[in-house]
Amino acid sequence: MSMATTDRPAPGAAPFVPQAYRVDEVTRVLADTVTLTLAPLEGPRPDFRPGQFNMLWAFGVGEVAISISDGEAAGSFVHTVRAVGAVSRALAELEVGARLGLRGPFGRGWPLAEARGSDVVVIAGGLGLAPLRPAIQALLANRQDYGRLVILVGARSPEALLYRDDLAAWAQRPDVEVQVTVDHAGADWPGRVGVVPGLVEPAAFDADDCVALVCGPEVMMRFTVAALRRAGVPAERIQVSMERNMKCAIGWCGHCQFGPDFVCKDGPVMRYDTIADRFAIPEV
Amino acid sequence: MAYLERILGEHPFFAGLAAEHGRLVAGCARNRRFAAGEYLFREGEAADEFYLIRHGQVALETRVPGRAPLVFATLGEGEIVGASWLLPPYRWMFDARAVTLTRAIGLDAACLRGKCEADHHLGYDMMKRFLPIVVKRLHDTRLQVLDVYGDD
Repeated sequence: MSMATTDRPAPGAAPFVPQAYRVDEVTRVLADTVTLTLAPLEGPRPDFRPGQFNMLWAFGVGEVAISISDGEAAGSFVHTVRAVGAVSRALAELEVGARLGLRGPFGRGWPLAEARGSDVVVIAGGLGLAPLRPAIQALLANRQDYGRLVILVGARSPEALLYRDDLAAWAQRPDVEVQVTVDHAGADWPGRVGVVPGLVEPAAFDADDCVALVCGPEVMMRFTVAALRRAGVPAERIQVSMERNMKCAIGWCGHCQFGPDFVCKDGPVMRYDTIADRFAIPEV
Repeated sequence: MAYLERILGEHPFFAGLAAEHGRLVAGCARNRRFAAGEYLFREGEAADEFYLIRHGQVALETRVPGRAPLVFATLGEGEIVGASWLLPPYRWMFDARAVTLTRAIGLDAACLRGKCEADHHLGYDMMKRFLPIVVKRLHDTRLQVLDVYGDD
């Protein structure tokens, strides 16, 4: 099976020109995290693939790369934004009706077409579930095309779990295995406590014929990839979503350089065997 | 006894255990059952028995003054509860609580330590089984301490 990453769609004729969008809905999902539904002021919303990102521009503050976090929102982009810096804080404070600029979508997404016929193991840590959610939605929409579907999710605490309604709904399905763990919890938490790489070994999937989609903090991804490799998953069947400081989003400026690659155009989803030599090197 | 030998042999922790060692270990074993909410052991108590979980889930937790107990790990089917029985002063460092109905094999720590001292082949085998678990839990703990989700 070919495991080449997906082709990158052209982001439009003028990739540096933001399009105007309006905030149609704001949902506070965590204390410091909101989900924004954004509708274009003119024309249709561009198509996108799960795993891609947009550059969101908070007027007067700046621009930041944010993954698309919902594949089922017709006509809108949905982004889950955590307030960690000046721009993301400004975005997280937007109210319904506010306007912002948007460029995109950019980057390579999850190789869902290439995974057809195989088991799929989706592994998310923290906010890493956001760019994986459209992939999970697409896998579920075409469930018959894939083997076993395993979703492994980790978070700092039960209160920090994203998309709890989605997790509960996915867990209800007989054709999906969902395992959730948190780093620590109160005694009233009935679920698992431990780190997400620890979910890999007991999960039921065919290590020789699966595709693993991994997104989360880089430390978590390193440990998770190691767990997948110990389980026997070939390096070329592991896909990771990398995060770097993306600026131009089209591979011109070099801010997101990762060895010979630019995360904005060669990623963010990258096949592990193509980056294994630099995955654990500090400052690359 | 033969029943316990068979049950022990089916537990992942004892996979591949030599038959003569299986008989020795089974001599220290008994069946245990813990209702949801029941404590397997409490911090500070003598670590005189450790557990191989057959079914259920156990939370390892610690008490924090002025706060609810904090759970830092859960263990499930096929896993081991308790390492403090291996080293002096043989006291539990944390609480272990059954989250759900839990069935386990309890192993008498003093009995097993004595057999390991008397038969170093058994002792070495036990150490080779325990050390990877202890190291894995150390790694997991380091990952938790890193609080990797803090700035993702």
